[in-house]
Amino acid sequence: MKRFIGFIKKEFFHIFRDKRSLFILFGMPVAQIMLFGFAITNEINNVDIAILDRSQDTATKEIISKISESEYFSILQIVKEEAEIEDVFKKGKVKAVLYFEKDFSKKLVKEHTAKVQIVTDATDPNVANTISNYINSILSNYQQEQNRAITLEYQILPQSRMAYNPELKSVYMFVPGVMTVILMLVSAMMTSISITREKELGTMEILLVSPLNPFQVIIGKVFPYIFLSIINAAAIVILSIFVFHVPVNGSLVLLGLESVLFIVTSLALGILISTISATQQTAMMISLMGLMLPVILLSGFIFPISSMPLPLQLISNIVPAKWFIIIVKGIMLKGVGIHFIWKETLVLFGMTLLFIGLSVKKYKIRLE
Amino acid sequence: MEDTVIQVEGLTKVFGDFTAVNNISFHVNKGEIFGFLGANGAGKTTAMKMLIGISAPSSGLAHVAGFDVYTQTESIKKTIGYMSQKFALYDDLTVRENIRFFGGIYGLTKTRISQKSNQLIEELGLEKVAKSLVGSLPLGWKQKIAFSVAMLHDPKIVFLDEPTGGVDPITRRQFWEMIYKAANNGTTIFVTTHYMDEAEYCDRVSIMVDGRIEALDTPKNLKHHYRSESMNDVFLKLARS
Repeated sequence: MKRFIGFIKKEFFHIFRDKRSLFILFGMPVAQIMLFGFAITNEINNVDIAILDRSQDTATKEIISKISESEYFSILQIVKEEAEIEDVFKKGKVKAVLYFEKDFSKKLVKEHTAKVQIVTDATDPNVANTISNYINSILSNYQQEQNRAITLEYQILPQSRMAYNPELKSVYMFVPGVMTVILMLVSAMMTSISITREKELGTMEILLVSPLNPFQVIIGKVFPYIFLSIINAAAIVILSIFVFHVPVNGSLVLLGLESVLFIVTSLALGILISTISATQQTAMMISLMGLMLPVILLSGFIFPISSMPLPLQLISNIVPAKWFIIIVKGIMLKGVGIHFIWKETLVLFGMTLLFIGLSVKKYKIRLE
Repeated sequence: MEDTVIQVEGLTKVFGDFTAVNNISFHVNKGEIFGFLGANGAGKTTAMKMLIGISAPSSGLAHVAGFDVYTQTESIKKTIGYMSQKFALYDDLTVRENIRFFGGIYGLTKTRISQKSNQLIEELGLEKVAKSLVGSLPLGWKQKIAFSVAMLHDPKIVFLDEPTGGVDPITRRQFWEMIYKAANNGTTIFVTTHYMDEAEYCDRVSIMVDGRIEALDTPKNLKHHYRSESMNDVFLKLARS
């Protein structure tokens, strides 16, 4: 035991004396959560738009004032001619042009229908889509207000309620994802690098010749990262609660335990990677290409798994991150208990055992 | 024969259909400096790995310090010291921290470790750099520290795998003085080397060619037998035949 403590102390020296690993350990989580929380967002805010109003009557003026009152849009420019629209877009600032046809109010009253065209800059399709949806809803709002006096024969009034995330904040979706990415990165990449580093330096050989047994060596190398990953997970949860006001509706204890399970899964993966790579660079490449990309692309973090083609959906099942994201979303946003996520937990647990088994086998072969 | 500390009988290691070490037999006496020579790929390192207990032999018998290399590797590891061809201290730890760490994994007590570190630092004249990171020291110093660290737990046998690779002649000289001193104190030295002049310093040398031991005797007898001026010539004659 005393030997083991000495070993762990040495590991902490390595970590705290290496500025790069310190940065990855503590700088990355904070930077990522801030980036995803603030900068990378699907919401729109103060988008510049232009207006081409060929009628300039009461109805169009009311609509325009409604739009400019909203926090989503600010009217940058008034366009006079249809031909100018293209120029406006080319300059790049304006993301949408609202084009009211001639005699808008008159047509509305006489023919019961008037046209307004929403032209959006779809070089960024997501933003274009969102803008067009927002403007549509402002327009239909206006229409409802106008029709209040008249009783229609029948009417469908859809009432949508956004459960678990009423304001549709994208940070709700990013927090579980970022947490997963960070834990994966710190646990798997850092351990695989630190183990291969010993191999590369030749100190691994010295350790194997010492009375320490190989498993003590591996556990000693991994232990500090368990500890640091738990701190990281806690930091992410605290940041998301206090900075981004993401609720933790379920049990914090359960969230903690599930995180520890995922950390162990990732560490086991890290050990497995270190057994198949001889140098730190290989370990890093495998971790980045083999882990980070699937975690970001195939875990449901950014792109919904249900809309992927079937083969990718099947592949996503072997990505541990997918299961952890389901668990975290369940606990944080839906507030579910273990009886709703035991299947996912079991999958992670099984994967962990598999990775540990494989690494032990690989490791033994190496020792032969 | 009671003074034999390493006893090897028909030791063989096979990787797939390649025989890295082919039926070698030798013994090493207590306090002896035993040179283990051979070209790259001759099987020196593989043979050594079997003796230090990190690689299981395919067949044959071997005892190190009286322990069996098949079943008693844990006991072997406690009794031996090892220094590899890759320099192996931690660059990002200080001299003292390295000593403390390696002392610790060999189970030395705290008082013993601090006593040993003081002694070692004094002997090597490292007082000024004891608190510097090892990475900032010149290679020659590192190698001397690595040797002292391998000797920290007073092993009966020290295995040195090409310990003087890449250091200047003066440091090599000093290094061999340390080896002599350890041997005089009764430690057995098992050393592989590329430098034929170093082979002359050994009590006995074995020369491996293609997995077999082709010659084993004192440097003097070997030179006589092969009618050569130096160990270098002996080696070339053997390797070419």
